Amino acid sequence: MLRYLLSKLMTFVPTFIGVTLISFVFIRALPGDPIIVMAGERGITPERYDELRTQFGFDQPIYIQFWDYLTGVLQGDLGTSFVTKKPVWDEFFALFPATLELSLCAIILAVLIGVPAGIIAATKRGKFLDRALMSTALIGYSMPIFWWALLLIIVFSGNLGWTPVSGRIDLLYFFPAHTGFMLIDSLLSGQDGAFGSAVKHLILPSIVLATVPLAVIARQTRSAMLEVLSEDYIRTARAKGLAPARVNGVHALRNAMIPVVTVIGLSVGTLLAGAILTETIFSWPGIGKWMVDSIFRRDYPVVQGGLLLVAVAVMVVNLVVDLLYGLINPKIRKR
Amino acid sequence: MSLRTLLATTGLLIATAGAAAASGTLVYCSEGSPEGFDPALYTSGTTFDASSQTVYSRLVEFKTGTTEVVPGLAESWEVSEDGLEYTFKLRGDIPFHTTSFFTPSRTFNADDVIFTFERQLKDDHPFHTASGGTWEYFDGMSMGDLIASIEKVDDLTVKFKLNRTEAPFIANLAMDFASILSAEYADSLAAAGTPEMLNQEPVGTGPFQFVAYQKDAVIRYTKNPAYFRDGLPKLDNLIFAITPDASVRYQKLQAGECHVMPYPNPADLAEMSDSEDIVLKEQEGLNVGYLAYNTQVAPFDNPVVRKALNMAIDKQAIIDVVFQGAGQVAKNPIPPTMWSYNEAVTDDAYDPEAAKAMLAEAGVSDLDMKIWAMPVQRPYNPNARRMAELMQADFAKVGVDVEIVSYEWGEYLDRSKDVDRDGAVLLGWTGDNGDPDNFLAVLLGCDGVGGSNRAQWCYEPFEDIIQKAKTSSDPAERTALYEEAQVIFKDQAPWATIAHSVVFMPLRPEVEGYVVHPLGSHIFTEVSLAE
Repeated sequence: MLRYLLSKLMTFVPTFIGVTLISFVFIRALPGDPIIVMAGERGITPERYDELRTQFGFDQPIYIQFWDYLTGVLQGDLGTSFVTKKPVWDEFFALFPATLELSLCAIILAVLIGVPAGIIAATKRGKFLDRALMSTALIGYSMPIFWWALLLIIVFSGNLGWTPVSGRIDLLYFFPAHTGFMLIDSLLSGQDGAFGSAVKHLILPSIVLATVPLAVIARQTRSAMLEVLSEDYIRTARAKGLAPARVNGVHALRNAMIPVVTVIGLSVGTLLAGAILTETIFSWPGIGKWMVDSIFRRDYPVVQGGLLLVAVAVMVVNLVVDLLYGLINPKIRKR
Repeated sequence: MSLRTLLATTGLLIATAGAAAASGTLVYCSEGSPEGFDPALYTSGTTFDASSQTVYSRLVEFKTGTTEVVPGLAESWEVSEDGLEYTFKLRGDIPFHTTSFFTPSRTFNADDVIFTFERQLKDDHPFHTASGGTWEYFDGMSMGDLIASIEKVDDLTVKFKLNRTEAPFIANLAMDFASILSAEYADSLAAAGTPEMLNQEPVGTGPFQFVAYQKDAVIRYTKNPAYFRDGLPKLDNLIFAITPDASVRYQKLQAGECHVMPYPNPADLAEMSDSEDIVLKEQEGLNVGYLAYNTQVAPFDNPVVRKALNMAIDKQAIIDVVFQGAGQVAKNPIPPTMWSYNEAVTDDAYDPEAAKAMLAEAGVSDLDMKIWAMPVQRPYNPNARRMAELMQADFAKVGVDVEIVSYEWGEYLDRSKDVDRDGAVLLGWTGDNGDPDNFLAVLLGCDGVGGSNRAQWCYEPFEDIIQKAKTSSDPAERTALYEEAQVIFKDQAPWATIAHSVVFMPLRPEVEGYVVHPLGSHIFTEVSLAE
């Protein structure tokens, strides 16, 4: 197992270097000069422009800029945002817990509903329930997120008043951010009602963010289950007289889980990169909006550093998925 | 000090104040995150709202709701005969904010004024580069060339010496970049090796004290009990709930999760004005959206051609479609809320037939031209692409074939400055200091050719007038000069003036005393909440 882990970790190195290079080159390949963008309609004098170029290091040849960046990264220095003048590292860790918290809630919701829905659809193949579930999943998959989120806000926050419109917690609560995870911090604060408020604020964004992965997981579970259910050993199990619940839940599900776990892993990876629409609509202070704003402002250090950190997070998720394969199917870890 | 420590120390205070203080707590659903808290480093209104308009004060300030300059931290000032020396008498006994991260040992004095401006002025000042120094506005308003020196006469007297006479100088000092910072606080940060915190944990003399900022989520302020304007601010606490989406801001306002929201969707305005839960305030914005011809390239070097094209544009249709009614047709290059606006100027009538005849008279036929459409939304132009399409259709009616082009915003700004540029550019301007010089000289003066003067228009009779107005200190004379300048502008038509936007501010009915500010700031000093 340790060897398996090490071999997986080894693949981190080239990926890491690749991401560093690609993010560095891509943001510079975009048209638009960060200094001109920063100056806006007001413009900038040529002397000032040159001064800033020197200050940001743009007067150096590109390979020197990359070398400086790379050596900085290896020493844990991702640079400082052109706009906020704060270290990229600090900004990322101020925002990432919000993204992680929301992503985890969304993926848990998607798995808790998506997997059972897929199993039910597979065991009721071709029947009404199957069609109803899969049509719903298709609608969920093709729903424009922006519209769906606003619809939920208007109905549940506006008309019914059940959930807050946006934000992470009621503004009356104010306590130190020990972990950055609002659910945990609100509990630690010991303030009455804080945890409940944090949960309420998570409901709508989690539903919105879970919609697409839920649909994908349900469909993937269904097709994987269908494939397994037609295998000989399932027929054997049934012939032995095992209860259908045991056949489906133990014999079939475990073997159907590999592709499902793959899909879940990919979904988590996507969610961690930040869900720009969901974060914008729900005023959720995560990294999605931060990254997109930075691209528009040509804030090179933030885009480079942000991409790198997100890539690392996604690599970690992939590693966890790989390890899970091993747990589900011992043949994989022995390979 | 880290944000965490700050939160820990101030958290208790606010949490216990919580519900009790709720009646005096106003929540403002702001449209975005501030870039930082040192207003001199930035140019965006979002940053100014969160810093200069809340935490800081200036030597002189704009009276809320007007562009009139009134005394601020300076109680009076004198200008020398030759207009080159400005001597400010400062108010005494004004304390800087006492916060969890800084306790001042002295009150505001001349050292703070000198620190504020010298850090922007002098390359060798220790704070000149401490925050990645980009003094956009200070440079943009040419303050570096203008100020020769700043001297401390005594603790409460400061003298600015200028290199040339400049009538708008006082108005410049009321701008956000001139917000007065504490020299003592800066020194303490420098000694602690954390000068960059000046941009993250602000200390000022303004109506509200900074408490905490949680990135992209919330900014908290509390009342400055020692604010120098008596009886203000009226609120106990002020919270900015950062809400980037306009539809969501509207939902939050309806749900009572915030009291005031800026920048509503034009499509929601009708519903808002019918709603009993919302009061919709409006004011004409201090801006102008225009189409700038390149007056150095034929046939646009001929004023008759420019005039003819102006007459081909159906501006009312643009107001209806692009601004969805939230705008008014512009006839002058300065907005109507600005002093010296010339009411007497008549706009070019929309008359495609006459326009066609004028083009024929000028010997122009089969004209192909480009119109540049901005890739971004601005108050003075909410949808440049749509505007360009409407113009394309209008110009087609007079036999002019238009190709619409666009570039990434940085490229757009840069390439449109080019003197040899091919095509007419859609752009606009929002006033900085309420002075006509800030529009007429910046956008249409000879110095701006190849830069902010997108029409590349240098016309001597006009230039003489605006230069004369710049150096005159007599308001009546300046008014007369600017009125004349507007007549020349209209006659020469370097731009098609399109629109001035109308700014709408939806608020809850319990919000009292909110005034929409023409310079675009959102100011809560005089606001209170009804029980």
